[in-house]
Parts: sequence; C-alpha cells; structure tokens
Amino acid sequence: MNARRLANGQRPTGFWGMVVLVVLFAFALGPIVLFALSSLKSRAELATNPFGLPSEWRFSNFLDAWTQAGMGMGLLNSAILVGGTVALVIVIAGLAAYALARLEVPGRGAVLTYLLVIGALPIQLFLVPLFYLATRTGLYDTYLGVILIYVAVFSPFATLLLRAFLIGIPKELEEAARIDGAGELRIAARIILPNALPGILTVALVTALSAYNEFLLAVTFLQSPDRMPVSTTFFAFQTGYSQDTTLAAAAGVIMLLPMLLLFLLLQRRFVEGLASTGMSS
Amino acid sequence: MTSLAPSEPRTAPVRSEGTRARRGMLRRRTALIGWLFLVPLMVVNLAVVLAPSLQAIWYSFTDWSGIGDAAFIGIDNYTRMLSDQGFLSALWHNLQWTAISLVVPTFLGLLGAFLLSRVRRGAVVFRLVYFIPYTVASVVSAAAWRTLLSPTEGFGAVFGLNFLGSPQLALPSVALVNTWAFWGFLVVVYLSAMQAVNPALYEAASLDGAGPVRQFVSITIPNIRPTLVFMTMQSIIWSFLAFDFVYILTNGGPAGATEVLSTYMYRTAFSGLEAGYASAIGIVLASISGVIVAAYHILRKSRGWDA
Repeated sequence: MNARRLANGQRPTGFWGMVVLVVLFAFALGPIVLFALSSLKSRAELATNPFGLPSEWRFSNFLDAWTQAGMGMGLLNSAILVGGTVALVIVIAGLAAYALARLEVPGRGAVLTYLLVIGALPIQLFLVPLFYLATRTGLYDTYLGVILIYVAVFSPFATLLLRAFLIGIPKELEEAARIDGAGELRIAARIILPNALPGILTVALVTALSAYNEFLLAVTFLQSPDRMPVSTTFFAFQTGYSQDTTLAAAAGVIMLLPMLLLFLLLQRRFVEGLASTGMSS
Repeated sequence: MTSLAPSEPRTAPVRSEGTRARRGMLRRRTALIGWLFLVPLMVVNLAVVLAPSLQAIWYSFTDWSGIGDAAFIGIDNYTRMLSDQGFLSALWHNLQWTAISLVVPTFLGLLGAFLLSRVRRGAVVFRLVYFIPYTVASVVSAAAWRTLLSPTEGFGAVFGLNFLGSPQLALPSVALVNTWAFWGFLVVVYLSAMQAVNPALYEAASLDGAGPVRQFVSITIPNIRPTLVFMTMQSIIWSFLAFDFVYILTNGGPAGATEVLSTYMYRTAFSGLEAGYASAIGIVLASISGVIVAAYHILRKSRGWDA
C-alpha cells in the first residue's frame, strides 16, 4: 500500500480541501463566537464595531441580563422540567425497553410498530386538541403537564434506543445468574442495569438536551413567567420591551453555556445518541 | 440432575410434566410482568399523542373555536384550504424552504463528510465543531443570527440589506439559519456512512487513475445511497414541519412573506380561534409526512436499497 494513502484507501485531503474544512469550521463556530463577543460590548460599540473584539469587556452585561431577563428563574424552571422529564423517561422507557428486549411479551412486534409510528407523528398533528385537553384537565400552565407531554414525545425513541442497548447484553450473563437462583428483579437490578448504564446515560443526555432546547411545546403550554423555562424566558426577553441586543446576547450565552459545557464534556456520547435520533427507523 | 434420569425411569416423566407446568406458569408470569412494564409507556403515549391525534381527525371535520361544542361540517375545512390564500402561500413557502433545505445542507454535509473522511489528523475536532450548532437551542441560534443579520449592527449594515425585514430576502435568510443549525448533523451521519465503505474500492479506483471527484461520484455516492436517501426523506419531512426559526425570527412576517404551514396553523388555532380549521391543517401536515415516508419505502423496495 502506498504510504501516502489512508487506511481507507483514499488520498488524504489536500491543501484546498483543508481550506474548505477551515471555512466550514468558521461557518459553524463564527456566529456563536460573534454572539458571545457582542454580549461583552456596549450597545454603542456593537453598532460601530460589530465583528471585532470588545474594546472594554463588559461583564456587567451578564449581571444586568440575569436580573432583567429573569434568567435565574428560567434556569430553575428548566432544571425542574428537564429533571422531571429525564427521570420519568428513564423509568418508563427503561421498563418498556426491558420488557421488549428481555421478556417474552406476546404482541411485541405490534408494540414496536406502534412506537415507531407514534414516534414519527409530528407534534403539529395533535398540538391543537392537546392544548384544549390540557386546559380542560387543568394541566395547562403547570410543570406536570409539560413534563408529561415531554415524556410522551421523547419516550418512544428512548425506548427503542434502550432496547437496542439491552439486546446487546449477552444472555449468558443472565442465565448464569438464574442458575444461581437469582429472581427476575435481582437479575434486572444486578446484571442488566449495570450493563445498560452507558445506554441509559446516552438516553438521559439526549432527552435532557432535547427538553432543555425545546421551544414549540414550552411556548404553547406554559404562560406564567414564574413557570417558564429558560428557552421561553429568553425568547420573551429577546422580543420584549428592552430590545437591547447586547443584553439579549448575554442572556443567550447564559442559556447556552450549561448545555455547551455538558456537550463538550460528554461529546462522544452526545454525537452518537443524537446522530441516531435521525436514524431511528 | 437430568443426568440421573435414566437410572430412575419411573420418576422421570412425572418430573418433566411438573417442569412443563411450572414453565408454562413462568411464561405466563413473564408475559404479565412484561405487559405491566409496558403499561406506563403505553398510557402516557395514548393520552398525550394518540388520543389527541384521533381527536384532530374528528375536529378537522368540524367548525370549532376550541371552546364549547364542535359542529360537524363535513369536508368544508379541506375545501376551504384550496381557496385560502394564507394557506396556499404558506404551502408555497414550505416548498421553497424544502428546496433550500435539500440543496444547501446536503451539499455542505456531503462536502464536509467527504473531506473529513480523508483527513489524517484532527478529523474528530472538525466533526465536533461542525456538530455544535445542532446542539444549540433554536432560540439562541435565532438570537445569534438576528444580531449577525441586523441591518444596523451586522452583515445587514455591511451589505446595506435588511435580511429579515425584506419580503424577498426574509424566507431565504430564515432558511439559511435553519441550514446552519443542522448541516453539521448531516456531516456526522454521512461521515459514519462513508467510513463504512470498503477501502478496497477506493484503492482499485486509484489504480485506475480516478481522482477524488471521480471517486466521490462513482464510489462514495453509490455506497452511501441508503443513508443519503433516508436523510433526504428526513430533510423533506423536517422542512414541511419547520416552525421554530420562523416563529422566533420573523413570526411569519414581513407581511406574511415567511409564513409556513406550522406557523399558519398556530396562528389559526390560537389567534384566530379556529381550532377546527387548524386541526385540518395539522392533518394535512401529518399526511404530507406520511406520503413522503410511504414514497420512501416504495422507492426503497422497488430499487432494492437497504437502509
């Protein structure tokens, strides 16, 4: 094999290829970097110097944005919604995935088809009746209502992904434990759960990111400012009275940071999990 | 214990009968536990997704404000769409949006993935950075691009253009923001498909003197076709369901220039208080997705593509 070739038999990307990759790099990251820079400028400076470094780094913007936009409340509400959603999705999807992967449930094929179809239905199909259902049942503008909706929307995919992980755990481990006299519950807790942890973590991360970033359902089903998550809190501030671009940018960076840090920390799991969301069928 | 059975022929059948009965009971118990495990998932999905979806079908045939009784009016909501300028222009905008979201992100996704598949070092870093926009919340991406395109402080000022405020530029501008948000996702998906292509094919092509472009066309594209076709289908479906960026950046404006079916449905339901008509639009949106999925499966079967 030619030394200039890669393991996959191809010639490496040349100079112009690298230039294109770097341009794409700038396209991906540029808007975020400029946004972060504008969050540190004064309004006057943003108008005269929109693309350069700030002449004076105004970290006070973040303090102002935090109080004026109510970002603390928004983040707290998001923590409640995301935490509740992730916990319920893991339990509900985990139980279902366990049944579908390890127990001989009659009608398994039908359930899997049901999940694939339900998971593919667009929110737009059921949004309007769901809205009036929520108002009639008193779940409109409550944490519980939104958490239940998120759980319903995210759990079909989570179940299918967890099931794929559970199928990958060798049956021999389970059988060995059964011969030793372990009951079903013990097997589930001691054998399956520890082996499924990477899958559970992936599902938790993907669900957390989806719930944190979600907009359409949050803006439809939560109205009180003291219950709104950070996404709609930020949206209200951004389109509200102040119209201060630099403060809006600071609020946006505040919303972005927690998930960006989590993503960079656990990027491999995120990328694999999220890439499979589009490929689930 | 079974190895002792031959020396105790009289007890063996009894024991196996007992085991069979126990095994049957065990199977029934496992089935019961299995269904108990499925109940929470099924109940939540039935209540939140399936029941309202079925309701939407019923409401789409009614005149209903959202409160009070729904009056059955047959297919009037559907015939109304045919002459509703608001609906038709939203549908037209969705088609334009689809065209943009098919061409630009697919081009960028394939380009990025193909070049990255041939990078010796640092491919992981590029892949990571390309993927970051996909993980950013739509509200934040929208705010970043609003500042960037602003006619007073951003590229709008540089070019003397009001990207989001002009009826001609607003729709392509919002679609561009959408492109930015998800082309990196395509890079990741296409890259993993490309890495699964048999290296021997490229080696043979090189020996035949095929350059990178020729290899891309004759080897890469045919070998990642299942993924390519699947993601194309997904992109079309997502394009018809587009909501966030339109709602956040322009809210359908200026003068309806960016109104798409989802935002039109939203406005019809919650500002116009025509929940019946909005349900019908929701049914149309879901049907479009259904037709695209069906077309994809027929195409896949008839061409023998394996996804």
